[in-house]
Amino acid sequence: MRHTKIAAIAGIAVASMVLAACGGGSGKSGSGGGSTDPSNSRGPITFVQGKDTSGIIPAITKLWNDAHPDEKVTVVQQTDQADQQHDDLVQHFQTKDAGYDVVLVDVIWTAEFAAKGYLVPLKGSYALPTTGLLPATVKAATYAGTLYAAPETSDGGLLYYRKDLVPTPPTTWDEMIADCKKATAGMGCYAGQFSQYEGLTVNAAEAINSAGGVIVKDDGKTPDIDTDAAKKGLDFLVNGFKQGYIPKAAITYQEEQSRAAFQSGQLLFLRNWPYVYNHLSNDGDSKVKGKFGVAPLPGLTGPGASSLGGHSAAISAYSDHKQTALEFLKFIDSEEAQKTFLNVGSLAPVLASTYSDPTLVAKFPYLPTLLKGIQNAVPRPVTPFYPKVTQAIEQNVYTALQGKTTVDTAVKNIQSAIQTAAGG
Amino acid sequence: MADTQEIQPADQAGSAGGADGSGPNPRFALRNKVKSGEGRLAARLIAPAVILMLAVIGYPVVTAVWSSLHLDKADAGLNPQGFFEVGGKWVGFKYYTYWFHCGSTCVPGTTGHDFYPAIGQTLLFTGATVFFEVILGMIFALMMNGTYKGRGLVRAVILVPWAIPTAVTAQLWKFMFDYQGILNKVLHTNIVWLGNTGTARAAVVIADVWKTTPFIALLLLAGLQVIPADIYESARVDGATAWQRFRQITLPLVKPALLVAVLFRILDVLRIYDLPQILTGGANGTTTLSILVVRELRSSPNNASALSTITFVLIFVVAFLLVKVMGVNVVQTEARGAKK
Repeated sequence: MRHTKIAAIAGIAVASMVLAACGGGSGKSGSGGGSTDPSNSRGPITFVQGKDTSGIIPAITKLWNDAHPDEKVTVVQQTDQADQQHDDLVQHFQTKDAGYDVVLVDVIWTAEFAAKGYLVPLKGSYALPTTGLLPATVKAATYAGTLYAAPETSDGGLLYYRKDLVPTPPTTWDEMIADCKKATAGMGCYAGQFSQYEGLTVNAAEAINSAGGVIVKDDGKTPDIDTDAAKKGLDFLVNGFKQGYIPKAAITYQEEQSRAAFQSGQLLFLRNWPYVYNHLSNDGDSKVKGKFGVAPLPGLTGPGASSLGGHSAAISAYSDHKQTALEFLKFIDSEEAQKTFLNVGSLAPVLASTYSDPTLVAKFPYLPTLLKGIQNAVPRPVTPFYPKVTQAIEQNVYTALQGKTTVDTAVKNIQSAIQTAAGG
Repeated sequence: MADTQEIQPADQAGSAGGADGSGPNPRFALRNKVKSGEGRLAARLIAPAVILMLAVIGYPVVTAVWSSLHLDKADAGLNPQGFFEVGGKWVGFKYYTYWFHCGSTCVPGTTGHDFYPAIGQTLLFTGATVFFEVILGMIFALMMNGTYKGRGLVRAVILVPWAIPTAVTAQLWKFMFDYQGILNKVLHTNIVWLGNTGTARAAVVIADVWKTTPFIALLLLAGLQVIPADIYESARVDGATAWQRFRQITLPLVKPALLVAVLFRILDVLRIYDLPQILTGGANGTTTLSILVVRELRSSPNNASALSTITFVLIFVVAFLLVKVMGVNVVQTEARGAKK
């Protein structure tokens, strides 16, 4: 008797520990959205985004609020962790919270939120002009032929290279591998982000796209990765570990570890985001000050295709002030706002014209290269099943990089994992 | 770990009678109280606690089980316009089948594929960490229990790792296990610690042992302190060696505290999440059940509910077996007095 009682108490304690995190999440949210009458849906709005690590909020809100004293924007800051931002948005959508008017979504969440009916489609009376915007950023915000978000900031991978050792940057993988012999003793040749996390999906997608392959077809649910092109792309990474032009420690690299390696002079080539540029040129411990350059990513036969980073702003289907929200989206894509994002926060603009502004180019010398990168960029799969798709890529590519499975097996596994995911 | 105040290893040494001390037959006394209306008062007095327990424990448990039996919107499929169909339909044990028997759809890269490995890895971590923690914890407890100069300092130093939040611990160890980290420097090795299955698992075990040994040591210290010194004295007079004293006196008398400590640690490690998540993100054979739950949660919360229910049952069974087989006395009950 006593034992069962004790066991029951122990059980309850365990239950509370295990299950407390999993209370929410039933599929009760409404479908569709944006059906409300657009007239008189004006008023103050909130703008929900992750923690403002780049410090652009004061400048942006001032710009908007000065011009719209009756429809002021209040910014709600979430955590600085992408996964937590995603979960916070989902929870507010599920409770149909009218307190979230405009939400900032990572490019990889757009399809999921759109397919669940959380976002107002930007068509008809909510149409958003996209002229002048970089096409890849618009594509990343489009799901099933409809635009769902206004691209806010972009991001693209760059090839950082040691210009003191390699005067002309390589444009193809073969050229780069040939350049490896210019590395000094104890120096690795190339690295990106190969730890098992979202960054590996970014790097794998870049390799696949740069070889002319795709991961998921345009419908967002049919996998198409079991192709020669995709395999050739992955071969570039897998052979890197096998032949040693990628150092073995790179299997644990995320953005920061790979930056540290390049910054301390241990790498000849590095694939990373534009934010690294400032660190390399200004950090006190940087051993590569003035010794590095940036170039577009190399590819199989010519310049490669970067994955697209960045965020888009979307209108919540449960907002009461959708008309004002739409105005705010247009404001975000305005030249004034775009320049502010770059000037104040060093965030890559989505407006093509910003990249040729002489004063901005003087301040951010990597802009022309980044523009080339983003013009060739391919968004990661735009699919409502993104969490499962990225997981399939991460895990299978990771074991292939370790040499535990072949590239053939990896792509077959990814293919059928995505098929399963999209099959329901 | 907040339950430490419930642990009373002293109970064996102290009086083991009914807690209320109301006489030789507590059950009879209880019946008398009910008659006199005290029972109703008691019910009213514990009602707030019971309601609170139901709200914060009962509700999430029931909700999780309930949603694990219904279709998640994310699994409802897309209509021709690309929107998800409505979820919420009763699906019975579909999600449980997914975990236990997903068959040919379980290719690498799906959560279903990781289910059995995750169970194995969770049990592996549990066995390995508890084993080392008990041995080291016993040594530390004996060290802390001695009388010598500087004992306060030793106690403080031993307890420091436990005072550091797990997430911080994990991050610190991650830096140390880095390829450029201090471990490779000190050992003059070139091991990619977090990039191989064996070493990554070892890293998780090492970090967990470092962090939680003080917890076991603390519980054992409490057990050691209630052992009267005169027992040792008489043993010494009888000529018992140090090893004999440890085997014949310390171990049996500290056993209740030890079993409670082991039980708590086992329950704790069975739901381990933060250490492996931060150290490796679940790569290289370090995905535990909790990591798998969170991973599934991102795509299908209802399916994740099914997995966390399975995890719950697994932990429950382990706890039950431990209590049954090892006779761990977690909560001091008056039933013991009545039985004996």
